[in-house]
Amino acid sequence: MSEWQPVTIVGHGEPLLSVSDLHTWFELRQWGFLRVGAVRAVDGVSFELARGESVAFVGESGCGKSSLARTLLGLHRPTRGEVRFAGRSLGGLKARELQAYRAKVGYVQQDPFGALPPFLDVRRILAEPLIVHGVKDRAQRDRRIRAVLDEVRLSPAEEFLPKFPHMLSGGQQQRVVIARALILEPAMIIADEPVSMLDASVRVEILNLLRHIQTQRELTLAFITHDLSSVRHYAERIFVMYAGRVVETAGVKELLDHPQHPYTQSLLAAIADPDAANATKQREIPGGEPPSLLHPPKGCRFHPRCPHAMAGLCDVDEPPDFEPRRGHYSACWLHR
Amino acid sequence: MSDRTLLEVEDLHLHYQTRRGVVRAVDGVSFDVRRNEALVVLGESGCGKSSLAKALMRVLPRNVHQVSGRVTLDGTELLAMSDESFRRDVQWVRMALVMQASMNALNPVVRVGEQVVEPLRVLRQWPRARAMARAVEVFELVGVSTDFLQRYPLELSGGMRQRVVLAMALVAEPELVILDEPTSALDVLTQAGIMNLLKRLKRELGTSFILITHDVATSSELADRVALMYAGQIVEVADAVQFFTEPAHPYSKMLMASVPRLRQEHRPEPILGQPPSLLEPPSGCRFADRCPSCFKRCAQDPKFIRLGDRRRVRCWLYAEGGDR
Ligand SMILES: Nc1ncnc2c1ncn2[C@@H]1O[C@H](COP(=O)(O)OP(=O)(O)OP(=O)(O)O)[C@@H](O)[C@H]1O
Ligand SMILES: Nc1ncnc2c1ncn2[C@@H]1O[C@H](COP(=O)(O)OP(=O)(O)OP(=O)(O)O)[C@@H](O)[C@H]1O
Ligand code: SF4
Ligand SMILES: [Mg+2]
Ligand SMILES: [Mg+2]
Repeated sequence: MSEWQPVTIVGHGEPLLSVSDLHTWFELRQWGFLRVGAVRAVDGVSFELARGESVAFVGESGCGKSSLARTLLGLHRPTRGEVRFAGRSLGGLKARELQAYRAKVGYVQQDPFGALPPFLDVRRILAEPLIVHGVKDRAQRDRRIRAVLDEVRLSPAEEFLPKFPHMLSGGQQQRVVIARALILEPAMIIADEPVSMLDASVRVEILNLLRHIQTQRELTLAFITHDLSSVRHYAERIFVMYAGRVVETAGVKELLDHPQHPYTQSLLAAIADPDAANATKQREIPGGEPPSLLHPPKGCRFHPRCPHAMAGLCDVDEPPDFEPRRGHYSACWLHR
Repeated sequence: MSDRTLLEVEDLHLHYQTRRGVVRAVDGVSFDVRRNEALVVLGESGCGKSSLAKALMRVLPRNVHQVSGRVTLDGTELLAMSDESFRRDVQWVRMALVMQASMNALNPVVRVGEQVVEPLRVLRQWPRARAMARAVEVFELVGVSTDFLQRYPLELSGGMRQRVVLAMALVAEPELVILDEPTSALDVLTQAGIMNLLKRLKRELGTSFILITHDVATSSELADRVALMYAGQIVEVADAVQFFTEPAHPYSKMLMASVPRLRQEHRPEPILGQPPSLLEPPSGCRFADRCPSCFKRCAQDPKFIRLGDRRRVRCWLYAEGGDR
């Protein structure tokens, strides 16, 4: 598939989504009532997404990617901070308005195998959101279902409509999940690890498809992944997350070619491109493991593992966002 | 066969009986592994990689329909051995398997230090004190602090548990270690740490490895040689440099082109279609319906054609007479 053209609508008009100082904490209780602390899954995140823009959130397991996604979808209430969509704050929406909002934001959830109800066929899976959102005319529903199946390249529709999820390959199941996310004609799609459970060759196919639909429909796409090597062709900007925070943001090429934050640098150094010479090289990797989100380290959250950490600074004060290169932000004291 | 050959596998088959028919998970596989060599078995989900490992280690489920072929470890024919002598003389001691997802299969109520030396305690009746001294050694070898000997599996991170199961595989100093997807559940940095460790172990211990993975980039982190599987068969086996720079089989070429690269502008190309069912695989080349070079002859089962010293390709393009 090569028909897509890169779209860069960054900076045009008002942002579609704007997130400021967002915190999503999960209270931990013992015996159901004794408060023992909070898991700070999202801990102070701010950004804006333009209409038609495709961005990637990248980070290791447990850094808060899914929690962020679910907060943006209105599934978690922020502990602090705000999510605004098309100028309106989610916090101020009534239950009905929140339902309308969810129709505007398609969700491709992590784990496609658990995402589809096993006892419904494809026709029913795709009809459900239409019914919930009041499309009563059956013929109209059918037209939309067929159109969206065609869009995700599950054709002829007749063949797939009566199938149950277990009759489909992993890649086909993921196409159904994407079709379901698209069927209410959202303005934005949040895709949480849309391909991590799929085989390598199928991954590319699904990512190409998502990218194609995104450019065709001029959707905003937030694509969550732990795999930095797969973002180059599928997003315009990258947000690197570590322990509940965004530590670095820039355009894809800029970030991959000139990583600024020590965490991003170690992440990139750890990733191999296929090359027989790898077998004899030891990779530079930081020691230790990501911190507990119950008690994140003081100062920079990466300082216990950082090869450049400066005592008396990195372990004391939290680094703000610096702009070491134009349009390239990194939260690290090295740039001060 | 070279005198450095450690393992030789010839025409190995492992078929399962199911209600829907016979699943030909391993269907005529041949390769060899030399001393201190790492062979990577690469292939997509369901192509038979774990089944291959299970056939080699004789950990077979009840519904086996057929196991056949020859597996020779340093002159000993393994498939002909009785279960009892295989368990006593080969398993753990000469050849160890780290099964897929085994880091999550550690016994949650036994301290990891005890678990690691179980092979020695059970197979060799080592006394506890001697076994625990060995546990200290293997923990140091795999880079887990000996403070963790007394911990339970759930108190360890995923990366540490993976090191623990690796320590267990190494405890009886086998000549060959088979690792089934040892890093696929781990994060990038943890994964890189494990691969660093495997490289070091290979250099320091002189062990041979069979590393099973679906990830092309990971495979290049250890491979001296690569065997690519497709639908129960090996379609190409080659030296790592050859495989990564000039793959021969059309599937190898397409697989290499589908890999996203971090450091190159190269746009990954999908491989359209799906692998055939192993219930009734097609009689000709199993890759034929996805292959851009498919021609008339591909309706017959291709031979495993020799291309130079230790390289083989299962594709008619490389037969005498070429693509006619
Ligand atoms: N509903 C919840 N209640 C309590 N803790 C939670 C909840 N959801 C997530 N967490 C915790 O919040 C942290 C961030 O989890 P999250 O799922 O957002 O990470 P992630 O980056 O998506 O990880 P992965 O790559 O593994 O999917 C983790 O420590 C997780 O255990
Ligand atoms: N006990 C069994 N009975 C019947 N079929 C089986 C059995 N074990 C595996 N299979 C089938 O045999 C084929 C090969 O399975 P195997 O687990 O060896 O693949 P794999 O390459 O290891 O896949 P993955 O990358 O997903 O681990 C698959 O089609 C699988 O469904
Ligand atoms: S702020 Fe300090 S510890 Fe944090 S990444 Fe920068 S140098 Fe390292
Ligand atoms: Mg997640
Ligand atoms: Mg397997």
